[in-house]
Amino acid sequence: MNNKQLPIDGKGFLNNPQHRAVFFQIIALIAVILCAFYFANNMFDNIEKRGITTGFSFLDNTAGFGISQTLTNYDDGTSTYFDVFIVGLLNTLLVSILGIIFASILGLLVGIGRLSNNFLISKLSLIYIETFRNIPILLQILFWYNVVLAALPSPRQSMNYLDSVFLNNRGLLIPEPIFESGSSAILISFIIAVAAVFYLTRWSRKRHDKTGEEFPLIKVSLAILILAPTLVYFIVGQPISAVYPELKGFNFRGGLAIIPELLALLFALSIYTATYIAEAVRAGIEAVPKGQKEAAKALGLKDHIILSKVVLPQALRVIIPPVINQFLNLTKNSSLATAIGYPELVTLFSGTTLNQVGQAIEIILMTMAVYLTISIVISLLLNWVNAKMAIKGR
Amino acid sequence: MATYTMKEAKPAPSGSKGIIFWLKTNLFSDVRNSLLSLVGLYLIYLTIPPLLNWMIFDATWSGTQDEVVNSGARWIFIIEKFDQFIYGFYPEHLHWRPNLVAMLCVAFLIALKVLKNNKSKIVLMLLFPFVCFILISGGWFGLETVETEKWGGLMLTILVAAVGIIASFPIGIVLALGRQSDMPILRTLCIGFIEFVRGVPLITILFMASVVLPLFFHDGIEFDKLLRALIGITLFQAAYIAEVVRGGLQAIPKGQYEASEALGLSYWQGMILIILPQALKISIPNLVGSFISLFKDTTLVLIIGLFDILAMVTLTNSDTNWLGYEVEGYVFVTLIYWVCCFTMSQYSKSIERKFNTEH
Repeated sequence: MNNKQLPIDGKGFLNNPQHRAVFFQIIALIAVILCAFYFANNMFDNIEKRGITTGFSFLDNTAGFGISQTLTNYDDGTSTYFDVFIVGLLNTLLVSILGIIFASILGLLVGIGRLSNNFLISKLSLIYIETFRNIPILLQILFWYNVVLAALPSPRQSMNYLDSVFLNNRGLLIPEPIFESGSSAILISFIIAVAAVFYLTRWSRKRHDKTGEEFPLIKVSLAILILAPTLVYFIVGQPISAVYPELKGFNFRGGLAIIPELLALLFALSIYTATYIAEAVRAGIEAVPKGQKEAAKALGLKDHIILSKVVLPQALRVIIPPVINQFLNLTKNSSLATAIGYPELVTLFSGTTLNQVGQAIEIILMTMAVYLTISIVISLLLNWVNAKMAIKGR
Repeated sequence: MATYTMKEAKPAPSGSKGIIFWLKTNLFSDVRNSLLSLVGLYLIYLTIPPLLNWMIFDATWSGTQDEVVNSGARWIFIIEKFDQFIYGFYPEHLHWRPNLVAMLCVAFLIALKVLKNNKSKIVLMLLFPFVCFILISGGWFGLETVETEKWGGLMLTILVAAVGIIASFPIGIVLALGRQSDMPILRTLCIGFIEFVRGVPLITILFMASVVLPLFFHDGIEFDKLLRALIGITLFQAAYIAEVVRGGLQAIPKGQYEASEALGLSYWQGMILIILPQALKISIPNLVGSFISLFKDTTLVLIIGLFDILAMVTLTNSDTNWLGYEVEGYVFVTLIYWVCCFTMSQYSKSIERKFNTEH
């Protein structure tokens, strides 16, 4: 038997849970600070020993290298590293936004296909999902770039669609829109149309609350959004024209060229992310209890009204959070472009600039800060959406 | 008085069974469905026959390069370079060492199933990684040392994944407990770390580990490239494990915490004996999911210059005798990844079904 006398009164300082909590936290904080101090100390020593300059003054230096795709005015000779940073950031945003759009469309289609009554379509969607989400995204990017796009013909034998779209091993060429004077009127009319649709939505909702009458909101809004800019386009005198790409010698002139790196990245990112979005869509629609659909049917609602007023509002609450998370993942995965040399933030800044300047800490911190900002913005958006969609109980 | 006679059972109407009935209900029930089925069939026709032809019927399975006449895949490339895909540049006469480790892994898993004594299990678990490490790297007991630069191929991929999983697990659990604790400073530190790591792409963390980490230590302390990558991957994975475990912790009813306190258990006793076993059990499917993404993410080490199995595709194609075999290489690696990830995801789904007692 255990006859040892246990201390009953427990009056020691550390026997009080509150004291203990404070004590442990102080120890943890001291440990973290000591570690940080040790690392920082070594870091400054090493930096001094290796003769690396510190600070962000390198951003004003001339970069002096070419970039294959720039959205801003970038000049090989005079632009600074800060311009490089901006170019990389914009290219990251470009590929992310385009990828998000394509992945959403593909994911939505496949997710709905997965639930189809049609045996073939549902199994094909399943095969698509299980195939592409079990292959690493980097492998897919490399495959598209090194195998599929590298096998395309040279510019002279490029694939030709209607003499306006060309596909070859230097990329995809599409007609470039030219905005002449007066095209701003179209933009203004579009903005006015959006505002009108906004007020129309509020008005129709108010009317619905008051009288219960339905207003064909989607049809009318679409009509306004499409008709207004089109009308203005013809009234102002068709100010938008296009420059078609033309084969001159060994390469194309004119038109908008989409480099193969961007194509490979877009294909891989949207195909990969679409599998996750499809699963989210399927899970969301399946999460709506069967009784809801049956009840709506028993009330005599039409099929499309059941979908838009009963199923979708409940399914979206489940679908949207994971889908937004996938958007964030897609943005982070776009950094893998560095493996094929697409000029986005990591390639240009953590790659080329780091090699030329050598200030690893500042450069990697800046890169991380960009992604952190994007992910904070997206999680704020997610919180906002969650708060907006939360079921309002009484 | 009416008499009732038993009527003879009739066969079901011919239109309600058989292949034709199945086709009618599942593929051609109405016009829209029929159109969709035709599109689906066309898609299958477009992809499956050429793929099968390329991979199997028109493929070259043996012989030398000069004898290739078929238009399909030239698997002779994979057969020729098989050792490089699996072991990288690991010296050929030492290939028995990774093989032995692979067999030991199987033996280890069986031993964990068979052994009943918890203490011997823990001893085995602690000892096993060291045995594997010594076997692969050498330098002890008269084994020839093999530099980490020579490790590569599938061996390196599995090694990075295994170290990432094993090392990140305890760190992740501690971070999850820290995030759930009542101590504000500790909680803030854990949340800061987890959210920071989850907010940035793995590739920036790998860059950080390979470029910035050496600056943090004295000149005397050297990390080789592999170790730096492993540190980066472990920290990255720990943050994700922490979030998965937190999900499990939050699902445990408050009564369990209170009961463990009422029994007079200390914090760690309560956690280890009562809370964590339940929390980890319900998070197994998500843990497997996070392991799958780690396994896929190991491909990223090629960007910082390690030769995992994906890097081997480019490397084996730089052999001047074997140029232009990228397609075969990529397809081979794809198959390996796909089989591994698909098996793991099916395993996780089966566990989920086992735990799902809802009807």
